[in-house]
Amino acid sequence: MKSSKNKTDVNPNTSRRGFCKNTALVGAGMLLPGLEMSAMVNVLNNKKLKLAVVGCGGRGTGAANQALKADENIELVAMADAFQDQLDNSLMNLQKEFEGTKKVNVKDAHKYVGLDAYKKAIDMADVVILATTPGFRPYHFEYAINAGKHVFMEKPVAVDAPGIRKVLEMAKVAKEKKLNVVVGLQRHYQNNYLAIADKIKEGSVGKIVSGQVYWNSAGVWVRPRKEGQTELEYQMRNWYYFNWLCGDHILEQHIHNIDVANWFIGEYPISAQGMGGRQIRTGKDHGEIFDHHFVEFTYPSGAVIASQCRHQPDTWSKVGENFQGTKGSIEMNDAGAASIVGLDGEKMFDYRNRNDPNPYQVEHDRLFASIRNNEVISDAENGAKSTMTAIMGRMATYSGKVITWEDALASTKLLMPSEITWESTPPSVPGPDGLYPIPTPGVTDVLS
Amino acid sequence: MGLTPVFSQNESLKDFTQTIEGSKLEIEMVAIPSGRFNMGSPASEEHRNSDEGPVHEVSLNSFWISKYEITWELYNLFVNRAIDGNNDPNIATDVNIDIDAISGATIPYVDMSLGMGTSEGLPVGNVTQYAASQFCKWLSAKTGHFYRLPTEAEWEYCARAGTSTAYHFGDDPNDLNDYAWSYGNSEDTYHQVGQKKPNPWGLYDMYGNVAEWTLDQYVPNIYKSRKGTTVSPFEIANKTYPRSVRGGSYNDDPEYLRSAVRLGSNENWKMRDPQFPKSKWWNTDAPFVGFRIVRDPNVPKESKINNYWGQ
Repeated sequence: MKSSKNKTDVNPNTSRRGFCKNTALVGAGMLLPGLEMSAMVNVLNNKKLKLAVVGCGGRGTGAANQALKADENIELVAMADAFQDQLDNSLMNLQKEFEGTKKVNVKDAHKYVGLDAYKKAIDMADVVILATTPGFRPYHFEYAINAGKHVFMEKPVAVDAPGIRKVLEMAKVAKEKKLNVVVGLQRHYQNNYLAIADKIKEGSVGKIVSGQVYWNSAGVWVRPRKEGQTELEYQMRNWYYFNWLCGDHILEQHIHNIDVANWFIGEYPISAQGMGGRQIRTGKDHGEIFDHHFVEFTYPSGAVIASQCRHQPDTWSKVGENFQGTKGSIEMNDAGAASIVGLDGEKMFDYRNRNDPNPYQVEHDRLFASIRNNEVISDAENGAKSTMTAIMGRMATYSGKVITWEDALASTKLLMPSEITWESTPPSVPGPDGLYPIPTPGVTDVLS
Repeated sequence: MGLTPVFSQNESLKDFTQTIEGSKLEIEMVAIPSGRFNMGSPASEEHRNSDEGPVHEVSLNSFWISKYEITWELYNLFVNRAIDGNNDPNIATDVNIDIDAISGATIPYVDMSLGMGTSEGLPVGNVTQYAASQFCKWLSAKTGHFYRLPTEAEWEYCARAGTSTAYHFGDDPNDLNDYAWSYGNSEDTYHQVGQKKPNPWGLYDMYGNVAEWTLDQYVPNIYKSRKGTTVSPFEIANKTYPRSVRGGSYNDDPEYLRSAVRLGSNENWKMRDPQFPKSKWWNTDAPFVGFRIVRDPNVPKESKINNYWGQ
């Protein structure tokens, strides 16, 4: 929230407007070199890039849409999803969007449905989009990198430590093979965040000593159980509420804000402790995840970040990040506000987000420009470590214990089975009352 | 639907408070008299844009408009739909709609206030014009009165409140601080409705805070086609973009808060919706656009009413 000192009387006609025009120019300049370069190199490197999408929900379809707009000479050739209806809808929407172009060219034989469908789709492509529910990601990423493909993958990149270790291992392989990997932590591709990151680099805020990061909202959809569904299908359709698929909302959404803390501080935390539970979302439809978490992350430099995420309607909502440094404080929110206030309460920097490009589009513009330039973007290691930070937060709230980075990363607890078929029993099943086992702080063992 | 006009234009309207059965929230409605005014701005007005002219006379029937911008609390009654079954025994009969037949807004994946908050008195933002219209339709079903968004002409008539200067208080933007949240004083966020002074007709935040949806398709040169006195103008929307937004917001400089300024919506207002297809209910990048509502005593014929609520 704004400090009262912050509410300065600014003449709307003078200082601030002039100032903002300047910052707007900085913002526009920031992305220009990449785009110019891609246009130049496209002339030299005209190979048609084949795209496959794995996971055809709203986000996978959105990412495919953006990828197809990021490059002139690109073609969607294969799709994979666990469910036929989801794949068909996705393809229909993309065909409509790209009608009259040759960009969507998915033959019936290249619509792959099922739990191992991803392999065939990945095999056909130069670039793959991995956008299934997070639990599957490490396995899909491993397959894609071993097959030598460039990757765009959504966050979070895993739900458990074994998954993280796999992603970290494959991140190295990707680098060795000079494969581009972009992770959908789009704040890294968003001008207001980049502007503040530059200011931190310049030393404008000094050393960051503390911060608060938030994802407090009303919560997300619930997909009710349908007649005839197996337990596995029900959980896959309602994936948000099951840890082996989603990892809880502290990963699935709040990772964005936690990742900003890691990015701005320039470190990953050494330990976490916190509390959380289920208070509002407690029904049979709500699987096993918590509806609130509050975690303190301690960093090697001594900085402590308070992280809160909440899914409770009619409560105070905020999505954003604040940081306090030895020279000033940073305040950011999802609406685009990004400012630095000095220790004397005077505003030192204010970013106005007018006409900024869409960061979801920029992710893909940069990915394809990098491929065309024979450059390498390597987001996977940070994507894995920021996901690990959120997992460590979840381990802290589920267990009620102090969890160290070392112990968390070494954990052998596997939430996502390495083999899964339609005949598999899901890792979590409801009791006779229809309710799922819920983690209990002080009792639940999260490490093994 | 049984739809019959219940007021004649000769009967003068009175301010009233709309209660909503099942909720403690109320909406204060201000009676606006019928009349004529000059719509648009003269070429001499500072910062004037070409779409604001020529100035032309418009005649309007009387109506009610909400004293404040619609808040998150009010809008969430519609999103959550928990009070649909609470029926008012004294429901009016201007319109009669089955509330279950009105589709409900989806629960968004992200906090649509984008960190600016949804607490008491904060204006709703990031709703599409369609969603704002469905709120009106839902409220009509709940109350039996005909609620809709204001037309562009009605909006400007209310903003001017009998004045013809750039702002209702004159031409000097330095006085705007008393009446509006704009970029210079907002600290990058919207504020509780009704914190600033009202305009001469008792309406709050007509300028700034959140910009407001109107019913009209945004047609930049439409004023050029209007001759003589235009009666109740309304450009029926036939495509999604651009639709007309008025009043400017917390994120705008004073010149964009003038009574005559017109703005067309655009696709970028959903830029960061990561889903595909994008939501028809939510913008993800327009937290600076909300709405206020009109109650119209003249209920249109059944065949025309969806022009006011959208399909």
